[in-house]
Amino acid sequence: MDVQRKLEILADAAKYDASCASSGTEKRDSSDRKGMGSTAPGMGICHSYAPDGRCISLLKVLLTNACNYDCLYCVNRASSNVPRARFTIEEVVKLTLDFYRRNYIEGLFLSSGIIRSPDYTMEQVVGVARKLREEHHFRGYIHLKTIPEADDALIAEAGKYADRLSINIEMPEEASLQQFAPEKDVRAIRRTMGRLRLKLDEAEENRVAKTKARPQRFAPAGQSTQMIVGADSASDHTILHTSSNLYGSYKLRRVYYSAFSPIPDASRALPLVQPPLLREHRLYQADWLMRFYGFDVGEIVDDSAMLPLDIDPKLAWALRHRDRFPLDVNRASREELLRVPGFGTKAVERIIATRRTTTIRLADLARLHVPRNKALPFIVLSDHRPSPHRLDAAGLIERFKPKATQLGFGF
Amino acid sequence: MQYITLDNETDFDGWREAARSLVLHHVQPTNVAWTVQGRDAELFAPQAPSPILAVNDGSFKVSGKFVDLAKAAILHRDPERFAILYRLLWRLKDNHDLIEVATDPDVALATAMARAVHRDEHKMHAFVRFREIGRERAAHYVAWFEPEHHIVELAAPFFAKRFADMPWSILTPELCAHWDGHSLSFTPGVNKSEAPGEDRLEETWRRYYASIFNPARLKVKAMQAEMPKKYWRNLPEASIIKPLIEDAERMTGAMIANAATDPHKPQRRPEAPMTRKTAANDLEALREEAAHCRACHLYKDATQTVFGEGPKSANIMLVGEQPGDKEDLAGHPFVGPAGQMLDRALEEAGVDRKKVYVTNAVKHFKFVPRGKIRLHQKPNTPEIKACRQWYEREVSAIQPDLIVAMGATAAQSVFGKITPIGKNRGRLIDLPDGRKALVTVHPSYLLRLPDPEAKALEYRRFVEDLKIVAGLQKKAARAA
Ligand code: SF4
Repeated sequence: MDVQRKLEILADAAKYDASCASSGTEKRDSSDRKGMGSTAPGMGICHSYAPDGRCISLLKVLLTNACNYDCLYCVNRASSNVPRARFTIEEVVKLTLDFYRRNYIEGLFLSSGIIRSPDYTMEQVVGVARKLREEHHFRGYIHLKTIPEADDALIAEAGKYADRLSINIEMPEEASLQQFAPEKDVRAIRRTMGRLRLKLDEAEENRVAKTKARPQRFAPAGQSTQMIVGADSASDHTILHTSSNLYGSYKLRRVYYSAFSPIPDASRALPLVQPPLLREHRLYQADWLMRFYGFDVGEIVDDSAMLPLDIDPKLAWALRHRDRFPLDVNRASREELLRVPGFGTKAVERIIATRRTTTIRLADLARLHVPRNKALPFIVLSDHRPSPHRLDAAGLIERFKPKATQLGFGF
Repeated sequence: MQYITLDNETDFDGWREAARSLVLHHVQPTNVAWTVQGRDAELFAPQAPSPILAVNDGSFKVSGKFVDLAKAAILHRDPERFAILYRLLWRLKDNHDLIEVATDPDVALATAMARAVHRDEHKMHAFVRFREIGRERAAHYVAWFEPEHHIVELAAPFFAKRFADMPWSILTPELCAHWDGHSLSFTPGVNKSEAPGEDRLEETWRRYYASIFNPARLKVKAMQAEMPKKYWRNLPEASIIKPLIEDAERMTGAMIANAATDPHKPQRRPEAPMTRKTAANDLEALREEAAHCRACHLYKDATQTVFGEGPKSANIMLVGEQPGDKEDLAGHPFVGPAGQMLDRALEEAGVDRKKVYVTNAVKHFKFVPRGKIRLHQKPNTPEIKACRQWYEREVSAIQPDLIVAMGATAAQSVFGKITPIGKNRGRLIDLPDGRKALVTVHPSYLLRLPDPEAKALEYRRFVEDLKIVAGLQKKAARAA
């Protein structure tokens, strides 16, 4: 089988992993001319976008799509009839370097079906990273998928080469993992996340304390995970509760939500429907509220409830807490401002800097990049005060519901 | 009227020098006309450019934020940018804080320009596609790009640092950047026909692009928001976007409509994972069994069961309350700060740590997540009761002579009922089964004491309690 055909099979097999980020790592470049590559400070670079709206920043492939496990939701499960392929370590290395040289990608995201044993599989995955870093002095971004329960020495080596490590939690609840992936063990996954966090903490402590001359490097872009949404019956509350637990326990950089989508040669036990993309989007918004806006899960969505699909979770929260509004933009605290619908973190910073010298007026909202329609019922400005009935009006929610739109493509 | 002619479109230093002089000579913004050498020649033809007025000693300060903003905004293609920035500078001179006022029209305009420039720079970093000329060691990499603003010089160092080991050129209509492996240089713009038309890897790249996209989740608008069509003509993958989209619905429909095929019968390799190792002894078996405990809900959010550890032959068993954050992650009892405190106290008291068995009354970490940390929570009575089975089975596997209960939760488990520490601590108590028990505080209690004096005092008392353990350990060693 030629490399192009392998690439088709093994990229196809990797596309259900939502993670794409190449951000948040240490700063590196190749100005010493010993190798090639650099990392973008701050955010990574999306080199292209696919028609599914997702960023392409890494060569995202599996080393092999052969797998011993038979997870129902997975296109690569042992009982699936998809064509199989396996890259050699050299082939992945060459593809990565060739693509990188043409500026198609920021680096590599390598994962693998589990073959023979977790240690054997992990060793292969680490082998690619080792070759890229040690033989080719590749300085670009590397994200490796960790195999649960792989040997500690392999995990340590993976962290030495990789910018980010990840291990997918797969399902929001243990019961659904048991149902869909009977051979996977949520405890093993969590134990591995715990081990990663201990290593990340240690590297961080060494870095801060500068105790050792050259502290052991360990995945500077941290760890992430993915959860499949919509294959089981877990509520949004359950999903967000699991995320908040994972963030707190393992200091994950990101939890990715992947709306379950039909896969070729799907198992008969699965719902074959269009993926719930809007639900996925609302979960990302809610996740954002937890990480950057100081919201607790319980504030975002009630026990065992679902997020509303027609309006975003922050607006939904504000509508449930009308008694806290309207807020005076020229006086309110940062925490309060962050809770106004339509106010992003950057807009809040701009507001706080601006109001030190001048009063904010209605006409200023556009320059602050605040969507007027969304915010106005909730705020007081020096020349604006929403009518007192406005917030009570039963029709308020109607005002925010989006007009029916269609996905179109204009050529 | 002052007519200022800058050397070129990105002449920040020229602008800065002129602007400084104009401000110091109190030239109103409305009395300045800005242009660039070679541009709009006919418009300004009648007037010779004004000489830059000499500056004596006068000077004024502007914030660094303005300088950064101006450096970026000046690369915008809008011919008005020099005038806008001069107007802003003029106003900043007397109103230093103006730069923070996001709602000011001039600040907003300049900020928007700078943002557009940075976005264009970012897109150039992303969408430049090199094509290889020659092979292997003789290869040279050449790209064609059409920036929207005057950003080539701004964007080029990024490529020099990233592709330091290969010679490359980025050709644009306005300015071309070159890297020979040692230094950057710039030459005038060229025509697209000067750039190579293809690369041997583009077909592979297109196949990757087609395979990595999931046809079941078409989101064309989201794609276009980030990758506007104006960039498409220079992206090799763009040629297949339209057919991919057209095909996507058909493919998804087919996936949904097609009944699943009969599952392929996988052949398991003999060394397939997930084989359980068999336990070496009853304590090992117990540990393995406890790893799957579901007797209360605490297992749900915790990482793992943290079971007791120590030699099976231990005649002393230390019982703590419950694992903490670190113990939960590592899977071992007493490895966090409280564990270090315990180790120190044991050593001071003369207890051989290697010969004691250490466990907790409750085997799972109880906590509530607060952002990036987990706040420790006290186990309640039903949880302590549910977990007591493990403690009891540990006791019967180890058969210790002395059990040390550290803290209230531990005491409740050891005595089977709520047992206050204060009244009972520091003396040997007989247990119904003939063993002895000793009650003391939990080392994490010492960690929480804010007053250093009280802390030192309490620590001494703790060591004193442990000395009783040391005494018994020695006696047992002599007897053996
Ligand atoms: S805390 Fe104890 S009883 Fe509860 S699940 Fe864990 S091991 Fe079982």
